[in-house]
Amino acid sequence: MKLTRREILGSAGALLIAPDIAFHAHAAEPQKGGTMVMVSTQVPRHLNPAVQSGIATAVPGTQIFASPLRYDADWNPHPYLAESWKVAEDGLSCTLNLVKNAKFHDGKPVTSDDVKFSIETIKAHHPFKTMFEPVSSIETPDEHTAVIRLARPHPALLLCMSGALCPIIPKHVFGDGQDIVNHPANSNPIGSGPFKLAEFKAGEQIVLEKNPDFFIEGRPYLDKIVIRISPDLSTVVLATENGQADFLPWLAESQYITRLQKSDRLGVTDKGYAAVGPINWLAFNTAKAPLDNKAVRQAIGYAIDRNFVTKALLRGIAKAQRSPIIESSPFFNPKMPSYGLDLDKANAMLDEAGHKKGADGMRFKLTIDYLPGGGEQQQGVAQYLKSQLKKAGIDIEVRASPDFPTWAKRISNYDFDLTMDEVYNWGDPVIGVHRTYLSSNIRKGVIWSNTQQYSNPKVDELLNNAAVEKDPKKRKAFYDEFQMIVGDDLPIYWINALPYHTVYDKRLGNVPESIWGSMQSMDEVYWKEKRS
Amino acid sequence: MGSTAYIARRLLYGVILLVGVLVLNFFLIHAAPGDPAETIAGVMGGATAKMLAEIRASYGLDKPLLTQLAIYLGHVAHGDLGMSYYFNQPVIGLIAARVGPTILLVLAAQVFAITIGVAMGVFAARKPSGPLSAFITVLSTIGYAAPVFWTGIMLIILLASIWPIFPVDGMTSARFAGGYFAYIGDVLYHLVLPAFTLAIIFLAQYSRLSRASMIDVLGADYVRTARAKGLSETKVVFKHALRNAVLPIITVAGIQFGNLISGALLVESVFNWPGMGRLAFDSVLRRDYPTLLGILFFAALMVIVANLLTDLSYRFADPRIRTGGR
Repeated sequence: MKLTRREILGSAGALLIAPDIAFHAHAAEPQKGGTMVMVSTQVPRHLNPAVQSGIATAVPGTQIFASPLRYDADWNPHPYLAESWKVAEDGLSCTLNLVKNAKFHDGKPVTSDDVKFSIETIKAHHPFKTMFEPVSSIETPDEHTAVIRLARPHPALLLCMSGALCPIIPKHVFGDGQDIVNHPANSNPIGSGPFKLAEFKAGEQIVLEKNPDFFIEGRPYLDKIVIRISPDLSTVVLATENGQADFLPWLAESQYITRLQKSDRLGVTDKGYAAVGPINWLAFNTAKAPLDNKAVRQAIGYAIDRNFVTKALLRGIAKAQRSPIIESSPFFNPKMPSYGLDLDKANAMLDEAGHKKGADGMRFKLTIDYLPGGGEQQQGVAQYLKSQLKKAGIDIEVRASPDFPTWAKRISNYDFDLTMDEVYNWGDPVIGVHRTYLSSNIRKGVIWSNTQQYSNPKVDELLNNAAVEKDPKKRKAFYDEFQMIVGDDLPIYWINALPYHTVYDKRLGNVPESIWGSMQSMDEVYWKEKRS
Repeated sequence: MGSTAYIARRLLYGVILLVGVLVLNFFLIHAAPGDPAETIAGVMGGATAKMLAEIRASYGLDKPLLTQLAIYLGHVAHGDLGMSYYFNQPVIGLIAARVGPTILLVLAAQVFAITIGVAMGVFAARKPSGPLSAFITVLSTIGYAAPVFWTGIMLIILLASIWPIFPVDGMTSARFAGGYFAYIGDVLYHLVLPAFTLAIIFLAQYSRLSRASMIDVLGADYVRTARAKGLSETKVVFKHALRNAVLPIITVAGIQFGNLISGALLVESVFNWPGMGRLAFDSVLRRDYPTLLGILFFAALMVIVANLLTDLSYRFADPRIRTGGR
């Protein structure tokens, strides 16, 4: 992959790109008008991504709010609310020069005060603490300049300026003294993005209408985006199949993907999920015998056939994943061990570790949990592991959780042996990867922290160094070494990248395929022919 | 006992029953495993101890259970059903947006069930030992026995997937842009499948009930007299017999209201119908106690009101009915 990591990693130098740059080469001027009906099973609590992570809020949120930067499909940052930006040589500040014609949906101008207020809000209230934690202060020398001061170099900063992670919210609305996490405007927000909120029926429907005063002239192309929410995936798929919906992102169930691929009317793509980096994995409770022994974990790795999962269970549509860093990321180290299937080796290693087979052919018993509602990626793989690990003399009991809170409580309180899980990289390893492996993030009761209780001082050191390293090559070297170590320690056996796909009506143009996909402004999406 | 005193007494019973429902549901929901604070923190993107404590404090979850109950009942007495843990919006508003679709679905299902069920019963009753009667009996038994979500899925496979005649995208088309009458047409078009699915269970009961009751009535003296007068069979059946045979149906229809609402919960989930049922289902999974309690409160209220209206209509329709004199 050829990438300009220099820009992503925040090396010095101003980038001045015309703000009307398009991510897509247009053959002809796109059509204007029409409604795009999107369907989703994700139920947003509200629509303010500044205080809420996750896809459900990010997709509508990035249409309502604009962000300082946005990214193309090759990890390159582009101007958005910031027409240019500059990271200081010492890596301790970043200056954003804002466009001068951006207005919120109520007509008030977007100023550097709003940028300051937004970043401070995100730092205080967003669950991804690592994004803006190094920010020590934000200066606003004039209405259109914001200078972000950092306590230490923070190469992930520019990626944190993406739409899903850094919505610029109006200070005059959210800064009225009310608790921002429970602010009523979260459900009725105004931003400066390409679409305005017309209707938010909780758990049912979101209607977004074109913002006629959007600061990029001539955009957005669509008049309206309707997001229909249904808890039932089969209904969502059927609505797309029957033409009642035009756009279905975040589809990961292989049976539906392969079914929809057969449709002449629909396009299916797996592009648009690079930054999300969703990984399906098997986590070990490394503080509990016999899994506290690295050799036992490695033996389990050799006993699993990753190819069977991706090719057979997931119908060949999921990509194998053998690293904590998604393989489509520039930080991925291809030298990572993959633990190919080798049952003889697995059995020999377990014998050597002192776990001889008993009369029943079993060595020891373990439970495996899985994320409820995760479908084939979770329960399906857990059931496969039960039968597969039996071949290595490991007696597995699959333990179901009735719902997410039950599962989360078990895992975060270390009441588990093995668990399936789905965790996202969120673009930069600092945001989504460090949390799983840093020993400082072993926090009982907190789900998606280091619930494996994995602790390795060398890993801590490498990750802490990578977080502040300005030189992209050196930073990559830190991550390369980190991957080799966790690949050997194996606190987690990474199985596959979640096969997220976007299904769309082929008459739609510029379907979102950037690293953030539909979690970024869809102002360039258009209908190739007139539609209501 | 006078009517006014009777109504007052029934209303008092209704209020006591509602409070009982609230208290019982409150304890039932809290007895379920799982912590709402963890659910909220989970969907917010991972919890910290501080975040959990803040969430618990903001929703009063850190107080003893009986204190929480007292506070809740106090709020309900003032017409406040609290704030949804998940959406952070007033529960009353969330429910208000969904009561209409549920009532529409339930009433449409009731109309379907009564008209089709009675028609089937009448046809079966005309030749009680004939093949048509046997066929209708078997069909209605299957309809009654099949789980409603299975029936719904089968209808979706047949009438929305293999032959895409009906939509499955909620109550209206997402692209809808038309006038008032077109809107009504759009809603009715979306209503057919879910209402029919919900009707199937009850249809079976109405068809068996009307068949039995028609067989009774068709053997009555006044029907024989009507036939002797030379009236056509259609007139005899529909004008004379059916009017009396339909009385027990009305009785059962009132009693069935509660079952219809619980059936609607499943049907709404299958058909993406934006009613209270789907919200209830989702609220259970999210441990959204206030929303779930609010929905159960409304459902109980609807059933109590429906039963009261049924009882009152007997009182006024049939002077022989007197409380205590049954």
